[in-house]
Amino acid sequence: MSENNGRESGFKGLRLVPRAEATYKMKDFKSDQEVRWCPGCGDYAILAAFQGFLPELGVPRENIVIVSGIGCSSRFPYYLSTYGMHSIHGRAPAIATGLAASRPDLSVWVITGDGDGLSIGGNHLIHALRRNVNINVLLFNNRIYGLTKGQYSPTSEAGKITKSSPMGSLDTPFNPVSLALGAEAGFVARTIDSDRQHLTSVLRAAADHEGASFVEIYQNCPIFNDDAFEPLKDPAERDMRLLRMEHGEPLRVGADRGVVMGDYGELKVADIAEVGEDALVRHDAHRADPGYAFALSRMDYPAFEHVPIGVFRDTSRPTYDELMAEQLGGAESRGGAEELASLLAGGDTWTVR
Amino acid sequence: MTKQVKQLDRVIIRFAGDSGDGMQLTGDRFTQETASFGNDLSTLPNFPAEIRAPAGTLPGVSSFQLHFADHDIMTPGDAPNVLVAMNPAALKANVDDLPGGATVIVNTDEFTKRALAKVGYDSDPLTDGSLAEFKVSPVPLTSMTVQALADFDISKKDAQRAKNMFALGLLSWMYNRPTEGTLGFLKSKFAGKPEILAANLAAFQAGWNFGETTEDFAVSYEIKPAALPPGTYRNITGNLAVSYGLIAGSRLSGLPLFLGSYPITPASDILHELSKHKRMGVRTFQAEDEIAGVGAALGAAFGGSLGVTTTSGPGMVLKAETLGLAVMTELPLLVIDVQRAGPSTGMPTKTEQADLLMAMFGRNGESPVPVLAPRSPSDCFDIAIEATRIATKYRTPVIVLSDGYLANGSEPWRIPDVSELPDLSVEFTTEPNGDDGEFLPYRRDPETLARPWAVPGTPGLEHRIGGIEKGDGTGNISYSPANHDLMVRSRQAKIDGIARDIPELEVDDPTGDARVLVLGWGGTYGSIGAGVRRVRRAGGKVAQAHLRHLNPFPANLGEVLGSYDRVLVPEINLGQLALLLRGRFLVDVISYTKVRGLPFKAEELAGVVQEVIDRV
Repeated sequence: MSENNGRESGFKGLRLVPRAEATYKMKDFKSDQEVRWCPGCGDYAILAAFQGFLPELGVPRENIVIVSGIGCSSRFPYYLSTYGMHSIHGRAPAIATGLAASRPDLSVWVITGDGDGLSIGGNHLIHALRRNVNINVLLFNNRIYGLTKGQYSPTSEAGKITKSSPMGSLDTPFNPVSLALGAEAGFVARTIDSDRQHLTSVLRAAADHEGASFVEIYQNCPIFNDDAFEPLKDPAERDMRLLRMEHGEPLRVGADRGVVMGDYGELKVADIAEVGEDALVRHDAHRADPGYAFALSRMDYPAFEHVPIGVFRDTSRPTYDELMAEQLGGAESRGGAEELASLLAGGDTWTVR
Repeated sequence: MTKQVKQLDRVIIRFAGDSGDGMQLTGDRFTQETASFGNDLSTLPNFPAEIRAPAGTLPGVSSFQLHFADHDIMTPGDAPNVLVAMNPAALKANVDDLPGGATVIVNTDEFTKRALAKVGYDSDPLTDGSLAEFKVSPVPLTSMTVQALADFDISKKDAQRAKNMFALGLLSWMYNRPTEGTLGFLKSKFAGKPEILAANLAAFQAGWNFGETTEDFAVSYEIKPAALPPGTYRNITGNLAVSYGLIAGSRLSGLPLFLGSYPITPASDILHELSKHKRMGVRTFQAEDEIAGVGAALGAAFGGSLGVTTTSGPGMVLKAETLGLAVMTELPLLVIDVQRAGPSTGMPTKTEQADLLMAMFGRNGESPVPVLAPRSPSDCFDIAIEATRIATKYRTPVIVLSDGYLANGSEPWRIPDVSELPDLSVEFTTEPNGDDGEFLPYRRDPETLARPWAVPGTPGLEHRIGGIEKGDGTGNISYSPANHDLMVRSRQAKIDGIARDIPELEVDDPTGDARVLVLGWGGTYGSIGAGVRRVRRAGGKVAQAHLRHLNPFPANLGEVLGSYDRVLVPEINLGQLALLLRGRFLVDVISYTKVRGLPFKAEELAGVVQEVIDRV
C-alpha cells in the first residue's frame, strides 16, 4: 500500500493513486500468458488498445487491478501484467467494489461482457454504478454468448436465431447505455473494438472520471455473431450511421446531416440544409439531468439507424470510496489496544473481586 | 410497613406482551439490573418476525425470559417461575409452559371480553378457576400507570405506553434489583423528550412503590450475587460478542475490517453494531444482495483487509459460489452464519442448527472450509478471534455457525484484558519467493500449506488469481490432470492440517468412570450442560464434551469417541453431526434431535441422558 509521494497522476479519477516512478511501455503490460481467444476475435484489438493505453495512466503497474467475471472477455486479466482477479460469473462489480472501497490507492478496472454484466450480473452492475465506486467498467458487447457457444444474450436483437432460440429469441434486448444512465452512472460512453484511436480516447476519459465509469465496447464475435456491427465498420455505410459525440461540438452525422431536438426532447437526424447549422444540438456531456444523454442513447433504434459513439455523460459527484473514507475520519491510523479495551468495557459493567 | 424478604437461589421470569408493549426492552433492562447486581444469568428473547402483528393476537406475542441465580447457570431455564402477562394473548401463549405453583402477574385492564374473545377464551381465566394451580396476582397495570401519570402533560396513549415501566418497577422491587442503571438508561434514551422521560421515571417509581405498599405482594425476594471468577463483567448477547470479536480480530491481526453484508434476521444486529464503529476504522458496506456482500468482502480481502460477511441460512445459500472462489483463490474470509429455522425462509426469528452440512459441503467440487461454532453468547467473541486466526494464518474462508438463540440470548461476560488476547499479526508477502527471483503465488508454506498473500500495490509481485484451477506454484491456469489431483488434495490437506493447530477436545468427566458421553456442538452447550448436571446430581455418571471446531475436528475426537460405551449427540437438526461422526469414525452414536425453533430444555435432556445410562 504505497504512499502517494505527493505526486499525483494526471487523471482526476486517479487522484489517490500514487504516481509511477518509472515510465512504462506497452510491452510492460503484457503478461507471459498465451492469449487464447478465437482468431479474429474483437477482444484482441481491445486488449492491444488497453495495453497501449495503460502507460498513459502514469501510475505504478502494481497499483492497477483488473477484475473480471466469466466469459470470453473475462479472460482479460490473465493477459495483463498487473494484479488481477478472474472471479465468478457476474460478480466482478461487487468484488471490485470491496477492493476499491477499501483501497483508494488502486486503479480498478472491471472487464465484463453483455452476458456477464447484464444478465447474471445485472444487479451488481447497476448498484456499482449508482454508488459511484471509483471503478471503470468496460462492457464488451458482442450481443451473443460466446464461451457457452452461441446462445442469445440480453443484448441480442429480438427474433435472433441461436442454438437456444431456433424459432427466434422472444426477449426484448437491453440498451446498455440506457441502462447505465438509468442506474445513475455519472460517466457513460460507447466505443468500437476496431477503432483504436476512438477506443483509446474513451478509455482516457473514463480514467479521468472520478467515480464509476461505464464504457460499452462493441466487440465482434467472429464465431457466433460475426459482423454484428458491420454497418458501423463498413466504410461505405458507417458515416451515414455513426454519430461521433464531442463535448461542445454540434452533433453531426456525416457531412450533411445533424441532430436536432424534437418537441418532446427526443433527438432526430435532419438535413442541415433544411434546418440550418444553428438548429443542431451541441453536445453537452456535463448536463446534470440524464434526460438528454438518455435521448441520445435511444437514437440507434431501429438497429443501428444512428449510433452515437463517444462520451454520453460525464458528470461529477462524490465517490463512494471518498465518502466512506470521510466517515472513517482517518481512523485507520488511530487506535490501538487502549481504544479496543474501552470498546469492550463499554456499557453497564460490574466487578467481581 | 416492613415486608418479608425471602432468599432464593434462582428464579426464571418471563415477560410477555404484545409486540408493541416493549417486552424486549423491559426484559433487557431487568437483565441489566440483574447483571449489575452480580447474579449469573442467561436470557432467551422470543419474538415474532412480524414487526407489529395485529394487537392482542397470539402471533403478536413477544416474550423475554430471564434466568438468574446466586450460582453459575447454563441456560435461560426450562419453565418460568414467574410470568408477567400484559394481555390475554400473552397469558394464553405462555401458560402451558408454567409449572404448578408459578406466579402469574396479569395486567387485568386488558382482560376485556373482546380481548379474551380475540384469543379464543370463552370465559375469563382470571375468574373461571382455570389458573387455580398458580399464584395469580391481578394488577390493573394500565390504569394504575395512567393514574400515576395524570399530572403529566402527555397524551393518554403515551401514558399507557409507559405501563411496561410500571411492570419493570414492580418486578425490580420484588427482586430487590438495583435501579440506577435503568434510571440512567431512561435519561439517555429520552434525553430530548423531558415530559416522556419524567413520565417513564414516574411510572417506574409507581410500580416500585406499588410493590412496596400493596398487600397483594407480601414478600420480596433476594437472590445473592453469584460467585463468578474475579474480573470486570458486562452482559453480552452473541451478536454483540461476534461484533466485538471481529473488531478485536482486526486489531490483533493489524488488518482493517471490511464487512460486506445484506440485512437478514437474526444477523442484522452485527451489521448495525459494526456500522457504529467506523471511527475505529471499520468499513461496513450494505450490499445490494447476499452475493455482493460476500463478493465485496472477498474483494477487500484481496486488497489486504480482514473481509467479513454476516448472514443467516437463506443468505448462506447465495454465498456458496463466492465461498468456492475464496477456496480456490485461497484468501482469508470470515463468514458468520447466524442460523435460523429453515428450510427456505423457515422461521426467521427461531433458532436451529441445521446449516452444519451446508457449511461443510454446500459448494461444488471438493471445497473444504474450516467450520467453527460458538457454544454460548460470550463465546462468540472468542470464536470470532479464532476464526480470524485460522483464516489469516491458513489463507482460507472460515465459516462460523452461530444461531438465533446465541445471537439474541445473553449472559455475563468477563471482559478480557486486551493484553491477554493472542497476537494475530499478519505479514504480507513483499519479496519474490521463486528460485529464479520470480513470484509464485501458489507456492505453499511447507508447514501450514498456506500460499503467500501479496496485496495489490506491492511492486514486483503482480499476479492473477481466479476461479479456474491453478497450476501448483505459478497459479497460472492449468487443466493438467495431475495438477488438478495435486491441488484438490493440497487444499484438503491444508484444512485437515489445521487439526494440529487447535486445542484437543476436552472431556468433562468428574468421576472419571462414566460410560456414556454426551457430545454436542454450538449453541446447545448450555442445555446439555444443565441436563448433565441434573443427571449427576441424581447420582448418574456421564461425561460431557462440546465441539467448537467442526472442520477439522479436534485431533483426539476419534479417541474420545472410542473411550465410551455409548455416545449421545443431541442436536437441533435431524442428526447432522451424528452423520459426520458415523461417516468419519464408524461410531454408532445415538442421535437425539428436536427442531422446534427453540433451545433444548435441560430437564428433557437429563431424561434422555438418564435413559441412555440406564440402557448401557
